[in-house]
Amino acid sequence: MLYLQILLNGLLLGGLYALIAVGFSLVWGVLNVINILHGTFIVLGSYIAYFAHLYFGIHPFASVIISGSVLFCLGYVIQAGIINRVIAAPVLMTLTLTFGLDLLLNNAMLIAFTADYRKLILTDSLGSYDLWGLILPLNRVAGVGLAALLTFGLYRLLRDSNIGRAIVAVRMDREAATLMGVRVNRINAVTFALGALMAGAAGSIFSIIYPISPINSGLFLGKAFVICILGGLGSVPGAMIGGIALGVIESYGALFFGPEHSTTLAFVILIALLIFRPTGIMGRKGYE
Amino acid sequence: MNKIAIFVAIVALLALPYFGNNYIVRLATVMMMYSVLALSWNFIGGMAGYPSFATAAFFGIGAYVGAILQANGIFFGAAWFAAGLIALIFAAIMGRAILHLRGHYFAIASLVMVEVLREVVNTNDQITGGGMGMNIPILKISVEASGMLFYYSMFVVALLTLATASWVYHSKLGFGFRCIQQNEAAANMLGVDSTKYKTIAFSLSAVFVGMAGAIYASWVNYIEPPDVFDIFLTIKPVVMVLLGGMGTVFGPIIGAVAFLALEEIVWRNFLTIHSAVLGLLIVLLVLFLPKGALFFDYRQFFRGRKK
Repeated sequence: MLYLQILLNGLLLGGLYALIAVGFSLVWGVLNVINILHGTFIVLGSYIAYFAHLYFGIHPFASVIISGSVLFCLGYVIQAGIINRVIAAPVLMTLTLTFGLDLLLNNAMLIAFTADYRKLILTDSLGSYDLWGLILPLNRVAGVGLAALLTFGLYRLLRDSNIGRAIVAVRMDREAATLMGVRVNRINAVTFALGALMAGAAGSIFSIIYPISPINSGLFLGKAFVICILGGLGSVPGAMIGGIALGVIESYGALFFGPEHSTTLAFVILIALLIFRPTGIMGRKGYE
Repeated sequence: MNKIAIFVAIVALLALPYFGNNYIVRLATVMMMYSVLALSWNFIGGMAGYPSFATAAFFGIGAYVGAILQANGIFFGAAWFAAGLIALIFAAIMGRAILHLRGHYFAIASLVMVEVLREVVNTNDQITGGGMGMNIPILKISVEASGMLFYYSMFVVALLTLATASWVYHSKLGFGFRCIQQNEAAANMLGVDSTKYKTIAFSLSAVFVGMAGAIYASWVNYIEPPDVFDIFLTIKPVVMVLLGGMGTVFGPIIGAVAFLALEEIVWRNFLTIHSAVLGLLIVLLVLFLPKGALFFDYRQFFRGRKK
């Protein structure tokens, strides 16, 4: 029974992890940019949810819309105004650039919100449900449901909409997409903005589970790294599988090695995968 | 001319503790440390063109090896030397494993090395003290004397790094690094053993950083995992080299000095926004001076864009 409960916890954790990684993976896959800002975007989303709840009483699940749109705009501006200028530069440049931007944004948040941990406490918490001896924390289940819905939404967007097809086209072949009349710079900005939107939405959902502080951004970023390497780069299903795998691995790792080693375990797996199978469990595929 | 300038600089730096106060000596020690970090990163990042983010890993290994050896009664000089050696061996082994990765994958693998080591040190508290940190035995000499000792030790390591950089730059090894940076496949075709060369570059970027880490640990007397496995120790050398010019011999030193001056001004006056200022510096550097401040064409800038 214990093992089943831990499996369940791992799956729920994994559902949330998948949401962390899906935007990060999109940006990495399409723009070939490692977005160090991603963790800070998630924390910013959490703050938006926190203040929306504090001042207007908006439920974090509803404020996904607010944080998502705010982050979408912010992401668009950052990509169109700054990163697009050096998008063709070597890896070192774009990585260092997003690191610098992250320092700026994170410092701004530290000044605005301080490093104190805040906790969003729901007045109408759903409690938990006993399913044949398995404990289901219902808030978390609802959060994972919403996360799955958002991920599925992104998947459909990439598959069915014009802009989504353009994004996939840029991912597959930048030059060819340009020749076909895709405005690559605009697609870059939209892709980055979509990644930021997913981060903001993730932040909103996380605000009911994790304490909120700018310090947490590195933690989320680390998870995104591991999931992307685990699941393989640039596909929505890859990010989902990577996220769930990481959630389950961390949960069992905490059981067998103790909770203090679960992060180390995740990173060791990452390095081992990079050494032996850098394409991830799923292998490298397109965004379909 | 150049040789005279270098000679004058060395003499001036040797004489510095006799004229400056403790603050100046402390600052100069940090300057030497930053020069070591920047010059070392330049081997792998600047010359060979591999975006390594592992500097903090080597620094932390050096600091902890030095601290553990000294806690067990080993002479400090020997402990520092051993720290460099262990960092070198670690880099050689890890280099074999991750240097087949390119671009982002290599960057992330090297970055994650820092995280793993920090966690490993954090959780093995019977050897390393874990999150409680480690105290390093204080040398039984006066404050001024120990300040000078650490300054001169850092200075020697910095000179060693510079000499190695200069030698590598002008040798076949440096030529091989530059070949790899420009086109690895072509370098392989022409008979450059790229795996060997990359491993050498990665190891060179570790050995002096490990020694500097050990000296730093003895200098501050107390280390803890977030202090020596600090991600800023990884990113600052990159910024310094970007400032001074990638793949050159003296660029990293000029970058280190410029960076330290800027950092000191910011730390003194705007403590709460120091990481934002660093962030802004990075953004401006990448956007406007991607080849380094040294390579900025001032004449062309003031004449207006031609070409």
